[in-house]
Amino acid sequence: MRLYIAVAAGGFRRYATYRVATFAGVFTNTVFGYIMAYTYMALWDQRPRLGGYDLPEALTYVWLGQALLATCAMMGGGFESELIERIRTGDVAVDLYRPADLQLWWLAVDLGRAAFHLLGRGIVPMVLGSFVFELALPADPLTWLAFLVAVTLGVVVSFAIRFLVALSAFWLMDGAGAAQMALLAGLFFSGMLLPLPVFPGALGEVAAVLPWSSLLQIPADVLLGKHTGWDLAAAYAFQAGWAVALLAAGRVLQSVATRRVVVQGG
Amino acid sequence: MESRAEGASAETSADLPERWIPRSSRRAAVRDGLRAYGLIVAMWVRSTMTYRASFVMTALGNFAVTAFDFVTILLMFAHVDSLGGYALPEIAFLYGTSATAFGLADLLLGPMGRLGSRVRDGTLDTLLLRPVPVLAQVAADRFALRRVGRLGQGVLVLVYSLAALDLDWTPVRVLMLPMMVISGAVIFGAVFVAGAAFQFWAQDASEVQNSFTYGGQTLLQYPPTVFSKDLVRGVTFVVPLAFVNWMPALYVLGREDPLGLPDAVAFLPPLVAVVCCALAGLAWRAGLRAYRSTGS
Repeated sequence: MRLYIAVAAGGFRRYATYRVATFAGVFTNTVFGYIMAYTYMALWDQRPRLGGYDLPEALTYVWLGQALLATCAMMGGGFESELIERIRTGDVAVDLYRPADLQLWWLAVDLGRAAFHLLGRGIVPMVLGSFVFELALPADPLTWLAFLVAVTLGVVVSFAIRFLVALSAFWLMDGAGAAQMALLAGLFFSGMLLPLPVFPGALGEVAAVLPWSSLLQIPADVLLGKHTGWDLAAAYAFQAGWAVALLAAGRVLQSVATRRVVVQGG
Repeated sequence: MESRAEGASAETSADLPERWIPRSSRRAAVRDGLRAYGLIVAMWVRSTMTYRASFVMTALGNFAVTAFDFVTILLMFAHVDSLGGYALPEIAFLYGTSATAFGLADLLLGPMGRLGSRVRDGTLDTLLLRPVPVLAQVAADRFALRRVGRLGQGVLVLVYSLAALDLDWTPVRVLMLPMMVISGAVIFGAVFVAGAAFQFWAQDASEVQNSFTYGGQTLLQYPPTVFSKDLVRGVTFVVPLAFVNWMPALYVLGREDPLGLPDAVAFLPPLVAVVCCALAGLAWRAGLRAYRSTGS
């Protein structure tokens, strides 16, 4: 356990090192937040209460999306390109020799990264957004705590998906195609384009039960106080269920890969 | 890869009837640069085409991910008939012109976003040693043909909007269309070059550039009435992105300019494009002069 905590701390520090890049990311998230907030205002202006959100809630959703975009790696990024490269070059053989579990190791790295992205890239755009737009941020610290739990579960689900994507490189060698598919699904089904309840008809219902809704839609609804009591427990159970299922799938794939695939390299 | 690069360009230049031109004049220098750009691009295209299936997949992925912007607009229009007072075909026209202009700039100059990483790891030095303008080399660096995906979806939406719009196509309006797309691409191109120049100083801050390129393009997909007047003023007078499509498109669509500027501004894009290029060129020179290698 201590090992994985150290690995997670390393992941955090690694991203914290590039302060200028963090600043640049915050700047970009803020610009996109402003642009999207205005488009949401135009939409909610005509359809107040669209998807069950009022305008301040919809605007909060926009800024949450910007805050969680990097944290939950909705557009990919983070450990998977590194792992894919290690699989391609054969370096992964060294990783498998280590007295640490491959999946847990990278999970720790990714949790460290996510913690930094939430603090470094999540808070400032949100604050800057709240200066200009009226947001529906909760006053109750317990809601914020509930939100943090949902985000953590979301990061684990996101990790589990990207781990599967990375392992595909054992067979495909080039992980670019799989990573691209994951990016498309992540952007679309996480609710990054628009909140999932706004999606028309069956599309919205399907999107809500796919794992990607754990990345943004559920944490956002938790923060906006849409899930309370048993409903909150159900939301957590949904996220945790996907996390366990996808992590287990990653385990199975990992054991198949290490047993059947000849690693490259000389 | 490097040795392969040399081999490929040497081979291609041998095929060309044109001889090497001494850089005696500015025009010759420009021609030189463009030729070098073309050769490097041709090399990367050939390299891309070695993995044809991979190219098709990444181009389709590029198409899909950039088309999400329009999917968002379609999802919005599942609930409303107009946004900011604009109907779907009108917004599609704004989207199509902006995405096509940006798609062209992104295809031709997109690699410039990588300059920061070259400055950071010191590999820019290699480019400085070659007898080819650095700008041409950086612009063609790892030229990614898959970006035709973005251009493709922009063109598709533009074609849809032209079919769906009910406009009186006077000759002036028809001529506005190529003028907008070309000037818009040049303005975005200037932003790419200026952004790259900025990276000579702020190597890790390359993402800031995305705010003005990708962010600007996202902004221009929506009508100016959606945004606050200050934001519209900012992209008119500070970073003149409004000239990419807003100003001329409002004229074509017969819409009021929210800033109340005279109709004549609709015809300014070519002029704005030239000024932007001049400024970007100055920024590029200043940046290149300020370059200090990592020295490690």
